[in-house]
Amino acid sequence: MIAELGLAALWLAASLAALQLLAGALAVAGKGGDMAGLVRPAAVVQGLLALMSFAALILLFARTDLSVLLVATNSHSAKPLVFKIAGAWGNHEGSMLLWVTVMGLAGGFVALIDRRLPERTMLATLAAQAFVSLGFYGFLLMSSNPFARLDPAAAEGAGLNPLLQDIGLAFHPPTLYLGYVGLSVAFSFAVGALITREVGPLFARAMRPWVLGAWIFLTLGITAGSYWAYYELGWGGWWFWDPVENASLMPWLAATALLHSVSVLASRDALRTWTVMLGVVAFSMSMIGTFLVRSGILTSVHAFAVDPERGAFILVLLAIYIGGALVLFGLNAASISEGKRFSVVSREGALVVNNVMLSAILGVVLFGTLYPLVTEAFDTRVSVGPPYFNPVSAVFFVPMALVLMAGPLLRWRQDNAGRLGRPLIIAALAMMAALLAFVLLGGGGTLALIGFVLAGGLAAASVMPLKGRNLRRTPLAVWGMVVAHFGVAVALAGMACESAFSVEKLVAVRIGESVVVGPWRVVLRGVEPVAGPNWTALEADMTASYQDSATVAVRPQARSFWSPPQQTSEAALVTHRFGQLYAVLGEAAEGGRWQLRLWWKPFVTLIWLGGLLIALGGLLALTSRVAFDMRRGFARRRIVMRREDTGR
Amino acid sequence: MLVIALAVLAGAALLAAWALRNQASYFYVPSEIVASPPEPGRAVRLGGMVEKGSLRTQADGVTLMFVVGDGKARVPVRFSGIAPSLFVEGSGVVAEGKMRADGTFVADNLLAKHDENYVPRELEDMDQHQARQVVSETR
Amino acid sequence: MSVPPPLEPRRASPWALWLPLILFAGFLALVIHGLTRPGSTEVESAMVGKPLPAFALEPAVFDRPGLATADFKVGKPRLLNIFASWCVPCAIEAPQLESLRREGVAIDGIAIRDRREDVAAFLARNGNPFARIGKDDVSAVQLALGSSGVPESFVIDGKGVIRYQHIGVIRAEDLPLIREKLEEAQ
Repeated sequence: MIAELGLAALWLAASLAALQLLAGALAVAGKGGDMAGLVRPAAVVQGLLALMSFAALILLFARTDLSVLLVATNSHSAKPLVFKIAGAWGNHEGSMLLWVTVMGLAGGFVALIDRRLPERTMLATLAAQAFVSLGFYGFLLMSSNPFARLDPAAAEGAGLNPLLQDIGLAFHPPTLYLGYVGLSVAFSFAVGALITREVGPLFARAMRPWVLGAWIFLTLGITAGSYWAYYELGWGGWWFWDPVENASLMPWLAATALLHSVSVLASRDALRTWTVMLGVVAFSMSMIGTFLVRSGILTSVHAFAVDPERGAFILVLLAIYIGGALVLFGLNAASISEGKRFSVVSREGALVVNNVMLSAILGVVLFGTLYPLVTEAFDTRVSVGPPYFNPVSAVFFVPMALVLMAGPLLRWRQDNAGRLGRPLIIAALAMMAALLAFVLLGGGGTLALIGFVLAGGLAAASVMPLKGRNLRRTPLAVWGMVVAHFGVAVALAGMACESAFSVEKLVAVRIGESVVVGPWRVVLRGVEPVAGPNWTALEADMTASYQDSATVAVRPQARSFWSPPQQTSEAALVTHRFGQLYAVLGEAAEGGRWQLRLWWKPFVTLIWLGGLLIALGGLLALTSRVAFDMRRGFARRRIVMRREDTGR
Repeated sequence: MLVIALAVLAGAALLAAWALRNQASYFYVPSEIVASPPEPGRAVRLGGMVEKGSLRTQADGVTLMFVVGDGKARVPVRFSGIAPSLFVEGSGVVAEGKMRADGTFVADNLLAKHDENYVPRELEDMDQHQARQVVSETR
Repeated sequence: MSVPPPLEPRRASPWALWLPLILFAGFLALVIHGLTRPGSTEVESAMVGKPLPAFALEPAVFDRPGLATADFKVGKPRLLNIFASWCVPCAIEAPQLESLRREGVAIDGIAIRDRREDVAAFLARNGNPFARIGKDDVSAVQLALGSSGVPESFVIDGKGVIRYQHIGVIRAEDLPLIREKLEEAQ
């Protein structure tokens, strides 16, 4: 019964999306008449119906209703409840349903709350949102119905895979999805504005919270994904420039650029065409990333359920939405009226540098990711890795970081560079201090050196906008900017330290022998077999002590799963104030020895701490914007209501 | 300003194209790497079958020596590290590393089998095409 | 220091506005080319329609008999799967073979250039859907069958005639095709 209800709600939601598209399109064309009044309610109800459908699916998973095919293939009655529920979106059909649900809710929210945009642009935006949703509804209903019944019901589910019972894996994909969907709202705003050609500060203020929200989730998703790869792959690295990682990085780069250009548009009414363009590009990158990952067209070290047919479907949607939006852009962008002017030395000028550099990085990452496909078309096989991505992205990151030190201190429209003398001298001193520290500590590597020096300058420069302000009265948005920029410095410092100061030991040792790695002394006390629910493992029993202080236990494992068959190495991590000890157990070597791979990675945790700070900065900025909008919104609604009262 | 922006982006494209030519690591099978070896020190990838009976562990317990062949040519490979758990003789492997002037391939990483469901794209193909060569050799 | 003159945010010329679309079209062309390139795995083999070559192979494991040409002339179609414990993709098709076995399809295997203990370990790990498993140490039968690699599968009818050759892994989406070919071979 619940399954049928869920399916019915999904059909209704899809038909409401169709209505929303139709009414919106007619109203924008000026032929709708009364139809225009239907668009907003349709968007709200569509969101609620999608939510109902998704709630039905969660209920089915929570109850382990084995008469539903999706539950039977992906769940098991013996799973803990939280993983039963996470199982609802841990598969293709469920994740698509989650996607349309979030999209529907976002559209409903826009329809309900936003009264700032000119009504025609709003209708065009909601129609565009409905158009995008409709493609996903169509796919769900036509070829991947999550509510399909299984007759007779299965006796037990087939989804007791402890590999997937990982709290990180349960919440990582939805985090990225929330980011992608937020960008889809920004995309709809951009398309709406392209149709009506009304681009201005109002448009930017309506779009900004969605971009910020999406950007926060993308930042968290990438940070978590990087940490996951770090501890799960057992290779000691935290970023591999793998297609799956690039697929999540590219939307983030586009969203970061969009975030900055939208704030120029909101405050200064400049960069109109460019912002609209970025709105289209940011969502395109989400779709392209999803496509590259799902279609299996590029292979990746991250095991991923690959399905060429579904990849082809995403490609078709991609071609329609992105191609359509870009055609619209080509046709209408030239007639978007000119924005305000500004001088090169100004806040806008600095933000333009940020945008150009971020776009350049986005371009080189996209190009590098696709390059193997290009050469394959000419029958040459290549792979592209860190030797390409690291230096080439650094070429554009360095000028961006330098401008980032000065940019937040500049005034809007026009400024005198001479005014920044003192802050810039402080930043330069900080960079010199960092350089000195780097050399004294014996660091190596050009890129690490550059990163370390820039991190020093950025850390000093990023807090300077607070100078001379009453800290209590400083707006949250400024705090957000400061925290996020400081987060960039922290993450950068972590990356540079990891690259410059890591110590690695690869040895084969007998039981009882010890290994010195950096300041740590690690003793192998034994290797014993252990067993889990569907794996067996060899576990090394080791102790480690930092500079002869108290010992801690270190227990890396070499695990063998049998369903599905897979061998993984579970690295053991010891987090210390100054960094992390990372231990991996290898195989038995002759003479009763065991292979061990040990790393001491000073300050590596700063990488993810920086990522969290960046997201926190976004959250502060979002809070400030939303609070501001709400105060305004309430005031305006009171006026509107009063007017309506007197009108009747 | 638009002109500058376009110039930077065009520069990015050129830089990317140039860097990719130099930094992309090309994929070789043993007969190709023997016929026309890449310049020493350039990062490449070598794919082929680990010859049976060729795998030796050095005295330090962590350095592996083995021979990768494709039925036409054989290349000695040295690898220091923890081999993927399913890395065995007689199976396919993709080694990432550099060719040395003396004809030894020094691998930094072995992409044998991260797990059984992950197959390097080159290997998937090799089972179709190169296996014929391997087969003809064993006859 | 003098203030530089304000720059004019110039209106972009129309051709530049079409640039994103052109780049996107290039991307589409590239991935469509990439997607279609692997091509169809349904290859017409010269061996289809011909009787199995004569062979008699030793058992590859202790708990299953070996395999000979005569074992196929039993009046019912059988699926012959060529695999090896050292072959990575062979493990991927194990679940598909297992589901065919459960549907009542008789499956025989030939292990190529393999060792008994390795085959046993492989089957223990991935399941054993085979009624008989022959051991082909020098790939003689594999070559006689016109097979170029592992894994490959052949549908053999009840008279011992090859009716279909499947090159590469049997993926879940290939199952209907295999079932259809088995049906045709009845």
